[in-house]
Amino acid sequence: MGNNSILKVNNLSVKLNNDEIIENLSFEVKKGEFFIILGPNGAGKTTLFKTLLGLIPYKGKVAWSQKDIKIGYLPERLSREKFKEMPISIREFYKFKEKSDEKISEMLKSVGLKNPKILDRDPGDLSSGQFQRMLIGWALLGNPQVLFFDEPNTGIDIGGKETVYSLLRKFWQERGLTILLITHDLDIVYGYSTDVLCLHKKGLCVGPPREVLTPELLEELYGSKIKFYKHIH
Amino acid sequence: MNSQFILSLITAIFIGGVAGYLGSLMITKKMALVGGPLGHLALPGVAIALIYQFNIFLGALLSIAIGVVVIWLLGMKTKLSLEALTGVVFAAGVALGFLILPLSRAKEALIGDITQINWIDAVLAIILGSIVFLIIKRIYPKMILSGISEDLANAEGVKVKKYNLVYLISIALIVALEVKIVGILFTVALLVIPAAASRNFGRNLSQYSWGALIIGIVSAVLGIFAFKLINLPAGPLIILAGTFVFLISIFFNKKA
Repeated sequence: MGNNSILKVNNLSVKLNNDEIIENLSFEVKKGEFFIILGPNGAGKTTLFKTLLGLIPYKGKVAWSQKDIKIGYLPERLSREKFKEMPISIREFYKFKEKSDEKISEMLKSVGLKNPKILDRDPGDLSSGQFQRMLIGWALLGNPQVLFFDEPNTGIDIGGKETVYSLLRKFWQERGLTILLITHDLDIVYGYSTDVLCLHKKGLCVGPPREVLTPELLEELYGSKIKFYKHIH
Repeated sequence: MNSQFILSLITAIFIGGVAGYLGSLMITKKMALVGGPLGHLALPGVAIALIYQFNIFLGALLSIAIGVVVIWLLGMKTKLSLEALTGVVFAAGVALGFLILPLSRAKEALIGDITQINWIDAVLAIILGSIVFLIIKRIYPKMILSGISEDLANAEGVKVKKYNLVYLISIALIVALEVKIVGILFTVALLVIPAAASRNFGRNLSQYSWGALIIGIVSAVLGIFAFKLINLPAGPLIILAGTFVFLISIFFNKKA
């Protein structure tokens, strides 16, 4: 593995209930990349995440640059409604991962939740923007080297002209994080990623988005009915 | 106060408290109603214990365990949901139980009888109640995390399947203990009502879970003193005491 590489995947195949979800996938993620996994629904994106996290059995090779690599993970469909089912304060939710009150307050501040009273609030009662900030903070607790983010609500405005993505980019720049993010939104890919993996069972492309995302490839990825265009910034 | 009364009070305090605490986890995991079928599965075992005069708790636990294993085996053999299979097995268990239950003792099996509590029951309640409490206290945050998101819990290294098994065994133990106090009809009530009341009072997890434990104890104590005063069956009185606390709690609900 090269010095810069943080994750190397070779000939990865994953079967769930005898369905081949991922077939012979190979790619590499370098340290410090904002790596986006792009693909239509059912392409195996979430399955790939769970495989990389070691939650699903697989064939092939998944090699991290170090054994005890620290990963922060936010799964898809983590909703405020889920939190409304039980009385839990943000302090208690953060305590699952971090014992120190000081570090918890610090993290909340750094994601823009500055009011100290927020600690005793129920995540289910936050505004959707505050809720997204709170989740990002949770994922960042314990200083992970890698952040996995599964399909955050697209383009959600979280207040103060920030989006989930701009906030993530801020941490990515400040902390030298490696981010792996799942989306089906091309705008996000062009706006934020350093590299993109186009996934549809197999890897259809890997590389910087402006080089690898050709109209032909997007047609293959999503089918011919949807028209895409490259953003020129 | 005679010693039998004190024994029944101690037993009810331990079982009521732990049932409330466990119930607080059950209603957040949307598993509250599991306690119902499990309680009913106890009937054949309780009936046999009454006939052959051995401890009701043992009979209840044995027959719940057999029921759970049968549900699990059927689950391996068929594609039916666990809920459907539980429905089938628990109905069969109740039917079987009623065939062998001596009718003169039916009341004791169905709604409990605290005057039958002896020191063995009290010791069982104290020891098993404490063990289950300590286990649940330990797995509580992990179960809550898996309730929020199983993927999240798995990624944090929580062995969700292992904890689910421990959790189910704890429920079975408490349900079996409850039979002596409130009978098989009310096992689910003693799990759910204190937790539901505490949900209205509690503003965070620790208030909520400890609140459920306290309300479970308060219900048990109120019910047993009411029994002493008016000499009606203690089981239903405990449940009504819990319901009374629940009605008060409605006025503390923050959404009201």
